[in-house]
Amino acid sequence: MKLYCLSGHPTLPCNVLKFKSTTIMLDCGLDTTAALYFLPLPLVHSPRLSKLPGWVSKDGAVNLEKELKECSGRVFVDSQPEFCLPEKELLDLSTIDVILISNYHCMMALPYITEHTGFTGTVYATEPTLQIGRLLMEELVTFMERVPKAQAATCWKNKEIQRLLPGPLKDAVDVWSWRKCYSVQEVNSALSKVQLVGYSQKVELFGAVQVTPLSSGYSLGSSNWIIQSHYEKVSYVSGSSLLTTHPQPMEQSSLKNSDVLILTGLTQIPTANPDGMLGEFCSNLAMTIRAGGNVLVPCYSSGVIYDLLECLYQFMDSANLGSTPFYFISPVANSSLEFSQIFAEWLCQNKQSKVYLPEPPFPHAELIQTNKLKHYPSIHGDFSSEFRQPCVVFTGHPSLRFGDVVHFMELWGKSSLNTIIFTEPDFSYLDALAPYQPLAMKCVYCPIDTRLNFHQVSKLLKDIQPLHVVCPEPYTQPPPAQPHRSDLMLELQPPPMAYRRCSVLGLPFRRRYERIHLLPELARSLVPSEIKAGVSVATVSAVLQSKDNKHVLQPVPKPAPVPPSKKRKRVTEEPPEVLNPKPLLSGAVPLEPFLAMLHKVQHTLSLRPNQSAQSACR
Amino acid sequence: MPDIKVTPLGAGQDVGRSCILVSIGGKNIMLDCGMHMGYNDDRRFPDFSYITQNGRLTEFLDCVIISHFHLDHCGALPYMSEMVGYDGPIYMTHPTKAICPILLEDFRKITVDKKGETNFFTSQMIKDCMKKVVPLNLHQTVQVDEELEIKAYYAGHVLGAAMVQIKVGSESVVYTGDYNMTPDRHLGAAWIDKCRPDLLISESTYATTIRDSKRCRERDFLKKVHETVERGGKVLIPVFALGRAQELCILLETFWERMNLKAPIYFSTGLTEKANHYYKLFITWTNQKIRKTFVQRNMFEFKHIKAFDRSYADNPGPMVVFATPGMLHAGQSLLIFKKWAGNEKNMVIMPGYCVQGTVGHKILNGQKKLEMEGRATLDVKLQVEYMSFSAHADAKGIMQLIRMAEPRNMLLVHGEAKKMEFLKDKIEQEFSISCYMPANGETTSIVTNPSVPVDISLNLLKREMALGGPLPDAKRPRTMHGTLIMKDNSLRLVSPEQALKELGLSEHQLRFTCRVQLHDPHSDNDTLGRIYTHLKSHSVNASPYGPI
Repeated sequence: MKLYCLSGHPTLPCNVLKFKSTTIMLDCGLDTTAALYFLPLPLVHSPRLSKLPGWVSKDGAVNLEKELKECSGRVFVDSQPEFCLPEKELLDLSTIDVILISNYHCMMALPYITEHTGFTGTVYATEPTLQIGRLLMEELVTFMERVPKAQAATCWKNKEIQRLLPGPLKDAVDVWSWRKCYSVQEVNSALSKVQLVGYSQKVELFGAVQVTPLSSGYSLGSSNWIIQSHYEKVSYVSGSSLLTTHPQPMEQSSLKNSDVLILTGLTQIPTANPDGMLGEFCSNLAMTIRAGGNVLVPCYSSGVIYDLLECLYQFMDSANLGSTPFYFISPVANSSLEFSQIFAEWLCQNKQSKVYLPEPPFPHAELIQTNKLKHYPSIHGDFSSEFRQPCVVFTGHPSLRFGDVVHFMELWGKSSLNTIIFTEPDFSYLDALAPYQPLAMKCVYCPIDTRLNFHQVSKLLKDIQPLHVVCPEPYTQPPPAQPHRSDLMLELQPPPMAYRRCSVLGLPFRRRYERIHLLPELARSLVPSEIKAGVSVATVSAVLQSKDNKHVLQPVPKPAPVPPSKKRKRVTEEPPEVLNPKPLLSGAVPLEPFLAMLHKVQHTLSLRPNQSAQSACR
Repeated sequence: MPDIKVTPLGAGQDVGRSCILVSIGGKNIMLDCGMHMGYNDDRRFPDFSYITQNGRLTEFLDCVIISHFHLDHCGALPYMSEMVGYDGPIYMTHPTKAICPILLEDFRKITVDKKGETNFFTSQMIKDCMKKVVPLNLHQTVQVDEELEIKAYYAGHVLGAAMVQIKVGSESVVYTGDYNMTPDRHLGAAWIDKCRPDLLISESTYATTIRDSKRCRERDFLKKVHETVERGGKVLIPVFALGRAQELCILLETFWERMNLKAPIYFSTGLTEKANHYYKLFITWTNQKIRKTFVQRNMFEFKHIKAFDRSYADNPGPMVVFATPGMLHAGQSLLIFKKWAGNEKNMVIMPGYCVQGTVGHKILNGQKKLEMEGRATLDVKLQVEYMSFSAHADAKGIMQLIRMAEPRNMLLVHGEAKKMEFLKDKIEQEFSISCYMPANGETTSIVTNPSVPVDISLNLLKREMALGGPLPDAKRPRTMHGTLIMKDNSLRLVSPEQALKELGLSEHQLRFTCRVQLHDPHSDNDTLGRIYTHLKSHSVNASPYGPI
C-alpha cells in the first residue's frame, strides 16, 4: 500500500492511495495562492493599474516590461492569474479509479484532473459539496472570463530569467505547472462525473474496497472518508471541525480502530480563536459604520459567510445597525443563499428542527425578506443604482486579485473612514494588500478558521487510537514564525509519517487475510474435530471461485457419470481435476486400535492372490 | 435452517393500516404502523396484542421503520408508542419526520374534536412519540445495533417516501412502502440497486392495472376540469394536503397560465401554504427538473391558487377547489361535497385510491344515494370522475422493481387479495421465484441459505489463484485444500502446513513399505539393476529409505 502526495499544501490536499488493486485519489485541492503574484483584474478601468511602469532589470539586460509591472514597490505579473495544480508527473493519473472529495474547497482542481489526464473513473461527493463546489467553480470562471486579458505572460517563467527577478517572484516554485482557470464546459464535464453519496453510505469499489463518507462538521456536506477492506482500515481526515456552526457535527466514533489515519486540513491560524475573531469582526464593523465609513469583507460565497450573516442578524439591532444596508455581491450570491436553505439533512440539530416547523434554517432568509441584506450578481446593473453608503459589502475573491472586491479596493482604499476585514484564512493579508499600497483604509485581520486545532486533534487522536498517522510535513514542526511553540505541532508515538509535495510513502501494512465465503452445502459437509479446548479444525477440500474480487468456495462437483452409450465419444468434457483430500496427520496415535486396524488391513491384503505383502508403519 | 418470518398485522391482502412484522437473523422489525380509513372502531389500528400477549413491545421489537407520512402507514404510531408502549427507535426520513406529526394532529382533531371520540391519543402523545424518531438519510447505512443495519432508497410516492433495506449478516429484506416507478411533475422515480435481497416485500395497490401514459391522464384531467369550468360548474378535487395535491397544483397552475383562465382555484385548510413550504425546504427530494430550476423559479410558489374560505363554497360561478381529506371520509372535502352534490353541472374528481367504507369509495362504485349521519340521505347528482393520479407502481412498475433488485423471494402486501393472486402468478411465471401473499396475522417463513464468511490466509488464496492461471476456467474447476481453524468465534482457512505450525502440532509421516521376496536365479546385482530400470520406466518415486 502506497501513498502518493501530489500537493504539499496542508489544507488543499491531493493524495493518491493505492490499496488492494484500487487507486484512489483523496481530494483535489487547487492552490490559489499563486494568484498573489499577479496584478489585480479590475472590473472597471483603473487608471492607476493601467499606468504602471514595466519592469526592466537594473542593468537593462532583461526587459519584461510587457509581462511584469512594478506596483507599490513590488513586481507583479500582468496576466490572467494562474493557479498551482497538483503534481501531474508523479504517477499516471489516467490509472485513477475514483476520486473522493471531502469538501467543496478541496475539489477546485477537479477539471484539471478529470479533463486533461485521460481520467475515466468516478468522483464521489455529497450533494451539498457538489452543488456548492459547482457554484464556487462557476464563480471563479465568471471572475476570469468577465475581464479577459489579451495576452498571457510566459517569458518570466524561464528559469534563467526568473532567477534574475526581484522579491517573491524569484522564489516562486513550480511556476511551469501553473495554469490558467478552466472553462465552464470543463467544469460541467468534470462535475458530470460526480456520483452523489450520503453520510455513512457504504460504497463498494470493485468488490475489493469499501469507502464511506462521514460527517466532518466543517462545512455543508463536508466529509471524512473511511477506506477499508475486511481487515484493513484507512481513515482520511480532511477539514474537520468540532465547533458548533451550521453543519452537522463531526462523526468521530467511526474513525476508531484505523490502521492508518491520513490527517490533513487542520486550522491554518492555530493561534486565533474563531469565537473571539467573530466578536472582533462585529465590533470593528459596528465601529466603522458608526463613524460613517464602509466595511468591505472579502470572502468566499459559501461557508463562513452564513455564520457571519447569522452573527450579524443577532448583533444588528443591539448595535444599531438596523438601517445599514448589507450587500452580498457575487455571480452566485443568490444561488448560494438559496442552496443553503435546502440542505436540511446536512445541518446541525437546531437548524434541522427549524425546517420541521417549517421555517428556513438560516436567518439570512429573514434579512433578505426585510431588505436588510441584498444580493447582486455584480457591481454592474441594479447595484450601481441602489447602492447606498455607508454600507457593508461581502464579496470575493479573498485573494483581492479578481472579482468585484478589486473595484471596492480601488473605490474605498483612499479613505481612512473605511475598513477592510479579512475573515478567510487562506491568504496572507499583507500579500493580498500589496498591490493596493499605500492604503489609507483601515485593515482588520480576523481570520475565522473553524478547523481542528492542535489541541483538539491530539485529544481526538487519543480517543480514536490509530496505529499510524500520516500528515503534511508542516504539522510535524512548530510554525516557522513561532519556533518556540512546540504546542503547535503534532507529537505522537509512534511519530507521524510526514509527507511533502511529490513524496511517495509506503504505508506500514501487512495484509494477511482475505474474506472468502463457504457455500452452505460445503459448510454442512465439514467435519470439525476438537484439537484443544476451544479450538477445532476441519479439513476443507473445495473449488475456489473468484469473481469481481469476491471469493467463494464451492463443494467439489461429483464427477459426471460416464454415459452408458459408447457411440458418441466426446473428449471435450474432461473430468475436473480432483485431488483426493489430504488429511491432517497429527496428534497422538492410539496404538491398540491402530494395530488392530493394521491387522485387518493386512488380512485383506493377503487375500489377494500372487502377492505376499506385509505392510508396516514406521 | 435460518429463516425470515413475515407477519402482516395490517395490509395483508388489504389496503390500509400497513403494519408488517419481520423477523430476520434474530431481530424483530416493524415496518410501518398505519391506520385504516374505512373503520372507526378497534379495527382501525393494527392488532398489537399479537405481540403484547407475550410481553412488551419494546422488548420484542428492535426497531420500527416508517416508509412515508400517509396515515395508512403512520397513523397508529402514537397509539403504538405511547398507549401500547414502545420506547425503542423509530426510523423515518427527514421530510416524513417533519410532516408526519402535522397529519397526525389533523387526524386527531377530526376524530376527537369533531367526532367526539375519547380514548384516543393526545397532542402531547404525538410530540412524545416524535421524540423517539431517528431521522434517516437516503442511502445512509444506519447501524441499529451491532448486527442490524438499515438503508433507505428513494421511493417517489410522496415527499420523503422511502424504501428500506434491512440487513443482518448476509440476509436481507427490502420493504418498498408505497412507491412509484414513473417520475411525475414533482417527484422522481423509485430506484434501488441490484442488492439481491432474500425477500422483497412490495405493495401491490395496482397489481392488475397497467396504466396508460401519464401525459394522456393529465390531458384528460385538464380537459374535464376545463369543460366543467367553461359551463359554469364547480370542480371539487378531494386530496390529501401533501403529495398529489402539489402535483395537481403544478399541473393546473401551468394550464391556467397557458390558457389564460380566470376561474379561481382554491386550496382548502391552512395547511396549504405550510405544505408548500415543506416542498420548498425539502426540494432535494423532488425531481431533477424542479431541483435544477428552483433558484430562478420555485415551482411551489403558486400565482393562481389561493387559500379557501368556507364561505366561498356558496359563491356563484365556476371554481376549482382542492379540499382535504382525499377519500371524502370526513372534514372539509366532505362538507363541500355535500353542498355541491345536488347539482349535475358540478364535478368531483377523485385523484387517488379510496378505501372501502369511505364516501369516496361508495360514489366511485356508482352509488347515487348516500346515507348520512342522522338518517338523512344525499342524492349524488354531480359527475363523479376517477383519475388515477396516486403514485403507486402499476403491474409493470412492480415487475420493473423486481428486475432492479433481483430478490430471491417475493411477498405482496397493500393490495386486494384477488388482484394479488393474479400478480403472484405472473411473478412466479416470469421470474421463477416464490411469491407469497399472507393475510393479516398469518406468518410466512422463508428459508434462507446464507453462506459462511471465513478469513482465508492471503498466502493460500494467492497461491491457489496463481495455480488457476490468469483467468479462471469455469469448465475445469480445481480443488484446493486447506484447514479451517475454529477458535474464539473466528473462522480461518489456512494451508494445512500453516495450521499445524500455528497449533504447535507435529505432523506424522505416514509411509508404506512392503517386502517382496523374489526367487531369481541371477546374481543379486543383476537383479537389482533390472528391477531398478523396470521401476524407473514406471516412474515410481524411489524412496530415499528404499533399501532395495
